[in-house]
Amino acid sequence: MAIKIENLSYVYSVGDAFEKKALDQINLLIPDGQFIGVIGHTGSGKSTLIQHLNGLLRATSGKIFYNDQCIYDENFEMRKLREKVGLVFQYPEHQLFEATVMEDVCFGPKNQGLSETEIKERAAEALRQVGLSEEYYGKSPFELSGGQKRRVAIAGILAMHPEVLVLDEPTAGLDPRGRDEILDQIAKLHRERKITVILVSHSMEDVANYVERIIVMNKGCVTFDGAPREVFQHYRELEQIGLAAPKVTYVTKGLQERGWNIDTMVTTVEEAKNAILDALRS
Amino acid sequence: MGIIEAAKLIFEYAKYSEEGNIESVVRAIDGIDLDIEPGQFIAILGHNGSGKSTLAKQMNAILTPTDGTLYVDGKDTRREENIWPIRQTAGMVFQNPDNQIIGTVVEEDVGFGPENMGVPTEEIWERVEKSLKSVGMWEYRKNSPNKLSGGQKQRVAIAGVVAMRPKCIVLDEPTAMLDPNGRREVISTAQELNKKEGVTVILITHYMDEVIDADKVFVMDKGKIVMQGTPREIFAQVEKLKQYRLDVPQVTLLSYELRQAGVNLPECVLTVEELLEELEKIRQQEGEDHGNQN
Repeated sequence: MAIKIENLSYVYSVGDAFEKKALDQINLLIPDGQFIGVIGHTGSGKSTLIQHLNGLLRATSGKIFYNDQCIYDENFEMRKLREKVGLVFQYPEHQLFEATVMEDVCFGPKNQGLSETEIKERAAEALRQVGLSEEYYGKSPFELSGGQKRRVAIAGILAMHPEVLVLDEPTAGLDPRGRDEILDQIAKLHRERKITVILVSHSMEDVANYVERIIVMNKGCVTFDGAPREVFQHYRELEQIGLAAPKVTYVTKGLQERGWNIDTMVTTVEEAKNAILDALRS
Repeated sequence: MGIIEAAKLIFEYAKYSEEGNIESVVRAIDGIDLDIEPGQFIAILGHNGSGKSTLAKQMNAILTPTDGTLYVDGKDTRREENIWPIRQTAGMVFQNPDNQIIGTVVEEDVGFGPENMGVPTEEIWERVEKSLKSVGMWEYRKNSPNKLSGGQKQRVAIAGVVAMRPKCIVLDEPTAMLDPNGRREVISTAQELNKKEGVTVILITHYMDEVIDADKVFVMDKGKIVMQGTPREIFAQVEKLKQYRLDVPQVTLLSYELRQAGVNLPECVLTVEELLEELEKIRQQEGEDHGNQN
């Protein structure tokens, strides 16, 4: 049970002057239940990659296996894949359209052909999971704050009971607390429902704080793939491709350059604090 | 005199029911006093819905006061005849670069503003050249904007504002949609304009790291200014900022945590370099203490 990507390439505008290779021979294995961060500068191919995961884009060449079955096989049900792999786009609140929060969240499961009670149960469960209580059910989505709207949009996907949740920059434009609230909710879902989460982000700090594996994209290829502490060791290379390491990594690296005997494999404030305290004590 | 002066500024808007009756009145700005000196780099922080964007829109008369006053370079924003002069004085850059670029070629897009102002053709091209150079996008002048990165598009949007020779630029979350490189490009462009050309910059952002070099920071909550001071004064108040749904830069948080754990650091550290210096001092101090004991 996993997603396996084999030699995946995607070319835009094949054959005309604008032909561009957006993905170039990608090979990835995404086991069940991982919390993965995808980083890369604008145009590096990360959004293109995630749109392949639920069949929105079809590869020019290569294969994607979902639970050992190639999604490009003729008898593969693409519709089922879209229920299993839930994709939350950037600024998903722009896609809310129903009159009330509850109706909006019901839209997905309704299309899955579930019974009325099951639809309601799933929607209520999803809203609870994103931290929206009953008082919001009857409200218009447009009365809500930016962060709340975004949670309604995420609930709409969760109500379809996906096995894989893919989020494209879910915190863009949110204030720091709103950002923490959304990411905490996602981490909790990952823990409790054991779903696979793939988080596309421009914030190195957020990725470092939450994920267990980072995939770095550049020019349509996977440049690094590993645990945050391994990937951010390559901060010089990351800078060259428009990224960076979290600020705290630079602190411990800087101390090491000044001759400190310190653990530099740190990516969070907590880890950096402990490393510095250890170094000061020794 | 200040380039932007607000006195008891209030802005309200009505919420309508489905029948078209006024349901409630929302006070988005609630009695703000401001005095921004020309040439300053100002940052405005505040959670979603705190009123920062509403305030920004007052600064170039997209919205006008319900009560109180706002003067932009001495001009009252409530007076109809001041609207165009005010918009030339205070240019705005918004969050989404794709919504702000209209030209099919970079240089045409930048020339659009001055052309509308009736600037003579020859001078338009001079202004286009100067403003594209000031944001480091001159070599892209013949490019199509949709082939640029997010950061580059935002710099073109800034150049379009610069070409109108504003005394003041208001940037409303200009980096929210950009990658780390794009964010750096846009912030350093704003800083250069401020330092080299003396343009007053008002930056609204959710990224605390972008605020470190500002001359002054305002924090908004519920339509009011609840904190103001230098970045160092503001970021020293970690707990208070958290109450307002905000944060401090990651390095500041790390030094705050270290202080809590008993490390003798100054109250507010803002940059990696500063923290390295301070920690090095502490280590040398401890080394000496050890030496003395032996």
